[in-house]
Amino acid sequence: QDLDFAKSNAQTVPDALTPEAKVISHNNFYEFGSQKHQPAENAQSFRVNPWSLKVGGEVEKPFTLDYEQLFSQFVIEERIYRLRCVEAWSMVIPWLGFELGKLIKRAQPTSKARYVAFKTLYDPEQMPGQRSRLVGGGIDYPYVEGLRIDEAMNPLTLLSVGLYGKTLPPQNGAPVRLVVPWKYGFKSIKSIVEIQLTEKQPPTTWNILAPHEYGFYANVNPEVDHPRWSQASERRITKGGLFTRNRIKTQMFNGYGEQVADLYRDMDLSKNY
Amino acid sequence: MMTRRPSRAALIAAKICIHLTALSWVGYYYFLAITDQLGSDPVKGIIHFTGMSALNMLLLTLAVSPLARNFNLPWLLGFRRLLGLYVFFFACLHLLNFILFELQLDFSLFIDEVIERPYITLGMLAFVILTALAITSFRHLKRKMGRHWQTLHNLIYAAVILVVIHFYWSVKSDITEPVIYILLIIGLLLFRRQKLSYYLRRKVARISQQ
Repeated sequence: QDLDFAKSNAQTVPDALTPEAKVISHNNFYEFGSQKHQPAENAQSFRVNPWSLKVGGEVEKPFTLDYEQLFSQFVIEERIYRLRCVEAWSMVIPWLGFELGKLIKRAQPTSKARYVAFKTLYDPEQMPGQRSRLVGGGIDYPYVEGLRIDEAMNPLTLLSVGLYGKTLPPQNGAPVRLVVPWKYGFKSIKSIVEIQLTEKQPPTTWNILAPHEYGFYANVNPEVDHPRWSQASERRITKGGLFTRNRIKTQMFNGYGEQVADLYRDMDLSKNY
Repeated sequence: MMTRRPSRAALIAAKICIHLTALSWVGYYYFLAITDQLGSDPVKGIIHFTGMSALNMLLLTLAVSPLARNFNLPWLLGFRRLLGLYVFFFACLHLLNFILFELQLDFSLFIDEVIERPYITLGMLAFVILTALAITSFRHLKRKMGRHWQTLHNLIYAAVILVVIHFYWSVKSDITEPVIYILLIIGLLLFRRQKLSYYLRRKVARISQQ
């Protein structure tokens, strides 16, 4: 379904876009199967309307958005971001959405709010990966993620409701997903039903599963390798077959250091990976 | 039980069939990958395809002698060398794909990966074994090596264990497939439990004598 949006030149990158066909067929969304091609195959009948996104926790004014309100309450803009997967591949995607910060401000966080916790829909009837551990990669569902509040309020952090000019396909996390372009892709949680402001650091799915491999911060960092592969470079998913020269150097914070490096000024990023 | 040995012509025809099937299968997958039709990431696709083909061929090779013995089909043994060489062929393609298309000829990265990533280290060790077995598969070398040949070729059991751990460790979280392969391999090794336990006992005895 086509979406109205404001073109903004503020957030774009010089890199060529990943073709839409690849953006919507190469997905990690274990709720619909743990292989890249499975979400596109298994998610097509996923119901996104009606939807309810609850915003609550340490806030003065909790509220809930229904499906229509996801598209009508905030100005939708286009943001072209790099997406760097922790598995060392990457894409360039024209997202549509609004800043997470605007949604949080509307809920008026209390002074205790230091983190933001996110939760994906739990619906085993619709999500085969939640029914069977064999399909869902052995993850305990629902998928949960989290950000520090200053990360969540950063203007780059986007709640996306579309890509390539249309509403999100289910395999990309319809109807609403997070996009945090300077962090590995698994932080960008899909099909969100709950956003809670919290005092304590919330648990996060991949960190629970393998804490030595996946940290809470998960900032893109070419100097801190994954225990099983190097993060110094990545392969960009573009058009072209086997002979496309698509290996490029990974940039610190995925190239968004100017906007986000300050958030981590006093931190040892090799410990807080 | 009497079984009739197939004619020489039938055996040759069967071998030609194996070649044609394997090579057209490979050709088809490379065609898909080169024309960007093998999933959204053809590089990952072709690496996975050649790796899995090498593993499947290896299991097939290991299944030959239990089948030949239990079903009294001694002529099956004549296919073992051919299948084994296809294991090596697919393993070569697997490694070549990794270097050419995944790392794109970044050799310092290749050295780093082999040293630092345990699953790649194991894969390389298995490849070294397979290379040694392929080189010594020529008949006149086999004759020259005498009983050492069998000792060397028993390393196939080490290779299959290395390969399946390589597969298991390379997977991000869904371990169903590697676990199925581990069970199959345990099954195939159980057919050889006498040979393997004899072999291991002799090794232990030799070490304890020293």
